[in-house]
Amino acid sequence: MDAEREVLDVLARNAREDIDDIAAQTGLDADAVAEAIATLEANHVVHGYQAVVDWDRVDEGKIRAVAEINVELDRETGYDQVADRIAKFPAVDALHLVSGDYDFAVEVLGETMQDVSRFISEQVAPMPEVTQTVTHYIMETYKDGGVRFEDGDDDDRLSVSP
Amino acid sequence: MRLSDRARDLPESGIRKFFELAEARDDVISLGVGEPDFSAPWAARTAAIDSLERGKTSYTSNRGMAALRERIAAHHERYDQPYDPTDEVLVTTGASEAVDLALRALVDPGDTVAVHEPTYISYGPGIELAGGERLTVPTLAADDFVLTREQLEASGAADADLLVLCYPNNPTGATMSDEAFAEVAAFCRDNDLRVIADEIYAALTYGTDHASIATQPGMRERTVVINGFSKAYAMTGLRLGYALGPTDAIDAMNRIHQYTMLSAPTTPQYAAIEALDSCDDEVAEMVGEYNRRRRLVVSRFNEMGLDTFEPGGAFYAFPNCGGDDEAFAEELLEAQGVAVVPGSVFGAGGEGHLRVSYATSMRELKEATDRIATFVADRE
Ligand SMILES: Cc1ncc(COP(=O)(O)O)c(C=O)c1O
Repeated sequence: MDAEREVLDVLARNAREDIDDIAAQTGLDADAVAEAIATLEANHVVHGYQAVVDWDRVDEGKIRAVAEINVELDRETGYDQVADRIAKFPAVDALHLVSGDYDFAVEVLGETMQDVSRFISEQVAPMPEVTQTVTHYIMETYKDGGVRFEDGDDDDRLSVSP
Repeated sequence: MRLSDRARDLPESGIRKFFELAEARDDVISLGVGEPDFSAPWAARTAAIDSLERGKTSYTSNRGMAALRERIAAHHERYDQPYDPTDEVLVTTGASEAVDLALRALVDPGDTVAVHEPTYISYGPGIELAGGERLTVPTLAADDFVLTREQLEASGAADADLLVLCYPNNPTGATMSDEAFAEVAAFCRDNDLRVIADEIYAALTYGTDHASIATQPGMRERTVVINGFSKAYAMTGLRLGYALGPTDAIDAMNRIHQYTMLSAPTTPQYAAIEALDSCDDEVAEMVGEYNRRRRLVVSRFNEMGLDTFEPGGAFYAFPNCGGDDEAFAEELLEAQGVAVVPGSVFGAGGEGHLRVSYATSMRELKEATDRIATFVADRE
C-alpha cells in the first residue's frame, strides 16, 4: 500500500491523530506523513476534517432532513450546473447525484423544521429545473460517518486471559 | 471428595494470579487480554441467529457439518494446505479441543513431547494429561523467538516423539518463514518426529504470508495442523476450531471426539460457514487495525527503552523489561493500573519479558503506553 493510502486509512478513522502517532502506526517517518497529508489535501482527496456529531445530544441541536429532488434538464443545463446551484446554499450539508427514482439526494441542516421546509419550498422547489421534491425529516440517527451512536459498549472480556 | 492424582498434580496457571490482581481493581487498562476486542462479523452473527430461528439445534455429524468442512478445506488452499474435507478435516470445540485430541491421539504414556517456549500455556498440561513427558526447547530473544535446529539439538529433542509448534506465537508474536521451517522440518524428518502445529493466528500476520511446517517436503503426513475461528473472526466465545491432517490421525482424533464431545456446537458452525463465505473483507479490516496498533506499540516501547523486536503475527508484542518480569508487572499494575502478563508465565525464555496484547483500542493503547513510560521513567 502506498504512503498516502496508509495515512488516509488512519485519518478516515480518526482525523485528530497527530503526525507522530500516524508515523508510528504506519511505519513511515514523520516527514513522509506530513508530505502525504499535504499531497492528499493538494489533490483534493481530503477536503476537510470534521467531528462526527450526534446533534440529538446537543441542546439547541439541529434538524436534519434528506430531500429527494427530481430535475428536468435541457440542452444548456446539465446535472453539474444544477448541483452547483443547490450546493451553494449553506443549509445543504451534503449533495449526491443518485441512481433510481429521483436525481439528487440532498442532506439539509437547519435550526428548526420550519427552516428546513422553508428552504426547500422557497429556494429549491422554485428552481426552473426542479420538477419535484420530497422531504424526509430525520427522526433519529443511529450511525453516521461509520460510527455507531450509542453509550459505548462495555468491554466484558476477562481482564487477563491466556 | 478424593480427587485423582492427575487432577491434584495439575498446577494453577500462572495467568490466574494476574487475573485476580487485575480484577481486584476497577481502574485498570488491560493489555493482558488474549482475545480480540472486536465482535464477530455481523454477517456471521446473523447466520447463527437465523439457524436458531430455523430450529437448527440438533447435533451435527461427528466431524462437523459437511458444508463447513468443505469451506475449511477450500479456505486452506490460500496457505497451500490441501486437505480432503471428507476425512482430513475435524471440526472441534475450539482449537483447545483439537490440541487435546491431537495429544491424546498421538502420545503414548512415556512419550517425549518437545515444546518450544515461551509458548501458549495449554500444551504442557495437555501433554501431562495424555501421559507424555514434556521436553522444553527454549527459543531465544536473540533469534526473535524463532525455533532453530540448534536449539532443538541442544535440548535433546532428537530423542523426542512429537513436537508442538505454535507460530504465529502466543505470547511473543513471533512468526517463522518457510526457510526457518525448512530447518525444523529437516530435523523432524531426520529424527522421526511428528508435529502438532497450532496455527490459530495464521490469518493475523503483518507484511508476510503465513508459513506452515505442513507445506515442507515430507511433513504433511507427519503433521496435524490446528486452527480455528476464535482469533481471525473474533469468535472466541462461540468455541469453534478444527484440525487438519492425514486420514489416520484425523480418524483417531474423531474416535476420541465422538465419545468425549460428540460434535462441536451447532450454532457456531452456521456462523463459521458464513464467516468463510463472506467475511474476508472484515478480517482484512481487523488485520489492518491490528497492524497499525502493532507498529504504534512496538515503536512506543522501543522509545521508552524497553527493547522490543518487531512481531510478525498474532496480537502480542513482547518487550524486554530488563529484569524480574513478575515484579515489573505487579508494580506496574500497582503504580499505574496497567495490566500486562509476565513473560515467565509462558515458560523458559519468557523471563525478563512482558506479554503486551494490542487487542485493545488505539485510545487505550496510547493511554496505557503513556502510563508505562511514566512508570519506567519513575523507576530509573
Ligand atoms: C496459541 C493458541 N492456541 C489455542 C488457543 C485457544 O483457542 P480456542 O478459542 O479456539 O480454543 C489460544 C487462545 O488464546 C491460543 O492463543
